Amino acid sequence: MPILELKDVHSYYGHIHALKGISLTVEQGEIVTLIGANGAGKTSTLRTISGLLHPREGQVFLEGEQINGLPAHIIVSKGIGQSPEGRQIFSRLSVMENLEMGAYSRKDKEGIKSDLDHVFRLFPRLKERRSQTGGTLSGGEQQMLAMGRALMTRPRVLLLDEPSMGLAPVLVETIFEIIRDLNKEGVTILLVEQNAAKALSIANRGYVMETGRIVLSDEASKLQESELVRKAYLGED
Amino acid sequence: MNASLTAQANSPNQTSMRAWSVALRYGLIGGAVALFLALVGMVEAFATRYVIANVIDLGTLLLFLSYLGAGYVAIKRSGARTPFEILSQGAFAGFIASVFIALLAVVIYAIPGIRTIFINASPALLAILTFKMGVPAGLVPILLSGVIFGAIGGLIEILPPSLRRSLIYAAMVVLVFGLMQDLLRVTLQKWKFLDPATSFTFSNNGLTIVGAVTLFILTFLASQLWQRRGNEARARYRQLPTRQQQLLGWGLIAFSVALLLVLPLLVGLFFSEVLVNVGLFILLGLGLNIVVGFAGLLDLGYVAFYAIGAYTVALLTSTSLEIVYAGGNPFWLALPFAVFFAVLAGVILGIPVLKIRGDYLAIVTLGFGEIIRLIVLSDFLKPILGGSRGIELIPKPFIGSFEFAGPEELYYLILAGCGLAAFVAIRVKDSRLGRAWGALREDEDVAEAMGINLVSTKLMAFAMGAAFGGLSGAIFASKLAIIYPSSFNLLLSINVLAVVIIGGMGSIPGVVLGALVLVGLPELLREFSDYRLMLYGAALVIMMLVRPEGLWPEKSRQRELHESQQEEILSGPLAADEEVAREGAAG
Ligand SMILES: Nc1ncnc2c1ncn2[C@@H]1O[C@H](COP(=O)(O)OP(=O)(O)OP(=O)(O)O)[C@@H](O)[C@H]1O
Ligand SMILES: [Mg+2]
Repeated sequence: MPILELKDVHSYYGHIHALKGISLTVEQGEIVTLIGANGAGKTSTLRTISGLLHPREGQVFLEGEQINGLPAHIIVSKGIGQSPEGRQIFSRLSVMENLEMGAYSRKDKEGIKSDLDHVFRLFPRLKERRSQTGGTLSGGEQQMLAMGRALMTRPRVLLLDEPSMGLAPVLVETIFEIIRDLNKEGVTILLVEQNAAKALSIANRGYVMETGRIVLSDEASKLQESELVRKAYLGED
Repeated sequence: MNASLTAQANSPNQTSMRAWSVALRYGLIGGAVALFLALVGMVEAFATRYVIANVIDLGTLLLFLSYLGAGYVAIKRSGARTPFEILSQGAFAGFIASVFIALLAVVIYAIPGIRTIFINASPALLAILTFKMGVPAGLVPILLSGVIFGAIGGLIEILPPSLRRSLIYAAMVVLVFGLMQDLLRVTLQKWKFLDPATSFTFSNNGLTIVGAVTLFILTFLASQLWQRRGNEARARYRQLPTRQQQLLGWGLIAFSVALLLVLPLLVGLFFSEVLVNVGLFILLGLGLNIVVGFAGLLDLGYVAFYAIGAYTVALLTSTSLEIVYAGGNPFWLALPFAVFFAVLAGVILGIPVLKIRGDYLAIVTLGFGEIIRLIVLSDFLKPILGGSRGIELIPKPFIGSFEFAGPEELYYLILAGCGLAAFVAIRVKDSRLGRAWGALREDEDVAEAMGINLVSTKLMAFAMGAAFGGLSGAIFASKLAIIYPSSFNLLLSINVLAVVIIGGMGSIPGVVLGALVLVGLPELLREFSDYRLMLYGAALVIMMLVRPEGLWPEKSRQRELHESQQEEILSGPLAADEEVAREGAAG
């Protein structure tokens, strides 16, 4: 049974039909990437999974259990963590407080502490700056904080929305390494990326979205070869 | 900041031109302030109260302070550094400010008809402005006072911070003693053995000169001593074993509690009345602080919960024959209902506004407050709620045979209420719920993505805030014995909000301080009552410009407003003072 499954999901913002029948699956332990042009509906897909957006039609399953319609805070506690697009951190809270907020829905003090250590091992920079306010961190540090905070929910499935957005090439490299490490530790990852080449290089499988629909899905290596992807997203001709 | 700007200007001539034009600008502003104070009638109204007997009255002092402020800010902004520049530019700013007053004196003198336009431009005002010397003789002392106080203002700005702080404290103590002399004298007279000291310090109207000087020197010395030795004392305290530190801490708390408990006995009837009013606002402020300060939900209809608490107690306890439904119960039976109905109203308000944010929330809650007032006022419910005549004959609370009859007894009821509310607020602030509120205040969307249940978190904020409002209203009703719908208007919501903002949003000691300043001071100075709203407005504007984080800011709030300076986070009013002082020294 896939850990995450979407079946013919339709989501709307008012009258705007953002997702027009999305079906996708993510298996336990995979990295799956979702690529597509601006406005294709990638963020909307993630928001639908995490309960911030409720689909009008179709279903979302977590390990076979239907979760669409549940409020976001319940879905978090069921094990879906997310690092939202655009580094939405609490800019007036300190790094530490941000991370603590990530563990909000948990009660296991021991586990929280060890996860905090874990996050600080992954991102030593955050440890140095733990009492600094989120808003004064550099862009890259904010991205690390957003990811660290998502990890503090101890997710089984981690939804990452453009974790490399606006980062210097070296940092992009680091972030992708961390994503791979996390995955090795057993976290299943659904990754939305503009940087299609990078994303496909670490993913097992990928989906290509256009205007609210999935137009292509395959093994990551096959997608890298495909005509469409090469032209539209890898900037080759 | 400005020093570096000045340094960049290429020629020294240009620099000094700029400094003089800065002095001119603040002189003009100071003059406008002085003129305004005179023309709205504050100078004349306050002139009846002497700060120091037959030497200086409060009205004249306001003018002097305008000159002083002009000189102070001018030097602060112009970056003048040599003694000559400071004195001359400060004096210049003060002089410009005083020219406004001199011109006003001439106008009042030359055009008596001016009163038809400016009703306060009276001969009495002329006498005050010209030190009873009239025009033209009085113009000289006006301009002279401008020069002198402007120069003093300039000097204050360049004093070492520690000296400046001591001087300001000393001046403030003299001012406070001078303003509250009636009350202080009456209170001090309760102790016969203090008589010599009392008559030494106070005359029939204002402080005596020696009394004022003594007070000034004593405060100055105490402040200096504390600044020199305070660090030492603090260091010694830190070296003590934890056990003793705790003991000292408990001792301090026990002392404060004991002091609070005997306060009404010490200060007498009138002060107790003031304390009771302040206490009601502290209670309201603590409640609203949860909604606005902790959870960031701007509620402009907070008065509704106060009204519901008050009317519940009134309906359940009134012995009026018109209340045929449920009246005649004891206060303590009615109290839980008052809180319950307030909470219920909080939830009822909360549910429809769950999805509403920011400005819109403010408008909706504003409407809610008005709706409650209009319901209470309505003809439809008049048989039950009494319409505009309100409900009368509300009895005082009893414990056994002890009646909370007057302010001196009601004080204890309020104290208990405030203590309870403060305790709950402090505990909840550091709880899971408190952190959820903090996240909500920062960013609702991210909070939701972090697994925070927005519905229950928001409703808890509204409910808890409403509970404190209801409690406060209940005490208010039994204190007044009669309540009218007009006691529960929008202005009250605004006042409570002002208490929270001036104190420092989200800060619990801030609420106490805010209520003392905004409610306590105007009660003590009856002359102020006509100008109360104007002073509120002025205080709010000045606070937003000078100290937007409030008098006693909460930590993260302070960070937010001083994000550029990543300094160690300071807390408490003195620490914040230091920050201002350092800025001053640096700029
Ligand atoms: N809150 C909203 N209200 C109305 N329309 C929205 C909202 N959010 C997104 N949309 C619309 O839904 C569509 C999909 O947006 P979405 O954010 O999912 O795209 P995306 O694939 O994440 O794009 P990008 O790569 O630019 O982040 C777009 O047409 C967008 O304009
Ligand atoms: Mg997006």
